[in-house]
Amino acid sequence: MNLISAVDINKIYQSGEIEVPALRSVNFEIEAGSFISFIGPSGSGKTTLLNLIGCLDKPTSGKLKVAGVITSDLSRREAASFRGENLGFIFQDFNLIPVLTVYENVEYPLLLVQNLPYKERKDRVHSLLEKVGMKDQMNKYPDQISGGQKQRVAVARALVSKPRLVLADEPTANLDSKTAFMVIDIMRQMRDDYGVTFIFSTHDPKIVSEVEILFTLEDGMLVNTSKGKGGRND
Amino acid sequence: MIKLFKIALRNLIRFKRRTLLTTSLIAIGVLFVMVFIAASSSFNNIIIGQITDSMLGHIQVHKRGYMASIDSLPLTLNLSEKGWKKFQSIAEKIPEIESISPRIKFGGMFSNYMDSTNIRINGVYPDMEIATIPLLLARVKGGEKTIKKGEILIPELLATGLKVKAGDSVVVIATNKDGSVNGKQFRVSGIIESVTGPGGRDGYIHIEDAKDILRMEELEVSEVAIRINDFSKLNKINDQLTKNLSESKNKKGKPIFDIRTWEKLSPFYNISKMIDIMTIFIKLMLIAIVLVSIMNVMIMAVYERIREIGTISAIGTMPEKILVLFLIEGFSLGVIGVIIGNILAGISIFLMNLIKITFNFSRQTGYVLSPELKIGDIIFVSVVVIVMSVFATLQPAIKAAKMEPVDALRHV
Ligand SMILES: Nc1ncnc2c1ncn2[C@@H]1O[C@H](COP(=O)(O)OP(=O)(O)OP(=O)(O)O)[C@@H](O)[C@H]1O
Ligand SMILES: [Mg+2]
Repeated sequence: MNLISAVDINKIYQSGEIEVPALRSVNFEIEAGSFISFIGPSGSGKTTLLNLIGCLDKPTSGKLKVAGVITSDLSRREAASFRGENLGFIFQDFNLIPVLTVYENVEYPLLLVQNLPYKERKDRVHSLLEKVGMKDQMNKYPDQISGGQKQRVAVARALVSKPRLVLADEPTANLDSKTAFMVIDIMRQMRDDYGVTFIFSTHDPKIVSEVEILFTLEDGMLVNTSKGKGGRND
Repeated sequence: MIKLFKIALRNLIRFKRRTLLTTSLIAIGVLFVMVFIAASSSFNNIIIGQITDSMLGHIQVHKRGYMASIDSLPLTLNLSEKGWKKFQSIAEKIPEIESISPRIKFGGMFSNYMDSTNIRINGVYPDMEIATIPLLLARVKGGEKTIKKGEILIPELLATGLKVKAGDSVVVIATNKDGSVNGKQFRVSGIIESVTGPGGRDGYIHIEDAKDILRMEELEVSEVAIRINDFSKLNKINDQLTKNLSESKNKKGKPIFDIRTWEKLSPFYNISKMIDIMTIFIKLMLIAIVLVSIMNVMIMAVYERIREIGTISAIGTMPEKILVLFLIEGFSLGVIGVIIGNILAGISIFLMNLIKITFNFSRQTGYVLSPELKIGDIIFVSVVVIVMSVFATLQPAIKAAKMEPVDALRHV
């Protein structure tokens, strides 16, 4: 079953008087459990597309189905609860909450979004922090750890609510290439361990060697779909 | 919920200086309001106590019509003996009335055999007067503190003007209601200090002497002063008395008695009202301070944290939780300010009592201000400040809750 299917997606931004077409007639399908990347130059529409898939924004036209739900039909509140239940997010600037510790940042979605009991929260947060190698730093605050470490925490936070899909818009853009590879590696590892679908965008061709399927965007259009080297180890 | 508080508090700690500034602004506002309320109500109580306990009594009863021409102390408008008895029997049935004192008031000439001047005189039963006006004798400066038959307490101004001392012989001459003039010799038993308000410069003699001078065959009463046992119930008791007395009507069917509380008898009541109005304005200013300062920081807080709001919203936090998160922050600012303000107010008021601030009112000197923090005031001011804090946070918090995550995340 396809986790995501996009049919003839168009997105036009209204920038004052001018209409800016950010996506033009985009079609694609993504299987559950894939490790996918959208690549393309700046302004090609990667963020726009990820926002649509992530239920943060709605297409101007076209039909987008995520996890069996036509997300363009959701209300604001429905979209929020859909995101809380099905999606995880990783951001370019990490976007950890500065007043919360590493542990609390990862715990946040369970507490304020899913409202799980303490014991379960603790178990999940500990095991994920262990996986991303941040357990020994869990009482530190975001400004006390490095960029790579922050992004690992963000990966843990995105996964803690057991989402079906994790969306990452340029998760490595603010990291040096060694750290970037490490973060991508961890993401892949997580995909392998939990079967979560990962979609990330990047404009760095080097980093995409890890992915299974690579969508190339140019000027708002999907110009190429190719298989990457990083097939599943099965 | 506890977690939301934790996040809000950590955010407040994150912006230490701003939090400190806002909370101290609120705290200082609360401090001033509390101290002002405490000091002004102490001032009020002292002055009201002075006025009622040294001269007026809590309530006064006259024959209807007397008050309109009180300046001339009309002898024709006195209560008859029958009227006075009637009053007495009604007043006895109200247990809250602690004591009553009938007075004969009249104007006359006062002479020390060399000079003479006008005087206003109260003829009283000493025991009843002292029970009703407990501070009366405290006003007596020179001489013995009594009002025996044949003796007179004369007001300070007269004593100075005519150079009369305690022990001197003087004569009081008055015209009675039939127009005949009569005089009587008195020994000055003491000099009485003036106080503000009507009757503050009156002399006192025994009521029997007053009857003598005015050649009254039976008792007539110009004025009855009343003391009640619980001043806070003044209006209730006054209503009760008014109701019970209203049944007494004269031949024309008009009520006989005119009942007034001290408020309608003393000009200080207006000062006291002014102080109350000032208190209201000061409270309004506090509300303005709270509104402006909290609104200001919370608008800043929301603006600075737009990306953060975008993040938690993207993760799936419901708009109402975001709203609550900010409301708690404003609420906490208010609570912290209120707590610090009340503590400071407590300390200040304690110190004020320690250093004993004195003030003078009219010719009375050396009143010691004894402000106290009342639980009712603390609760009222605190609740108002906290409610205002939340109210001021509402607009920025709603703005945060309504933010679209895409726009918030794009914000730099
Ligand atoms: N809110 C918006 N209003 C108007 N135009 C927008 C808006 N967001 C994006 N665009 C425009 O849409 C196009 C696609 O933008 P998008 O951010 O999706 O590109 P991108 O591939 O993510 O670029 P980058 O690599 O720089 O992040 C660009 O031309 C951009 O200027
Ligand atoms: Mg982008």
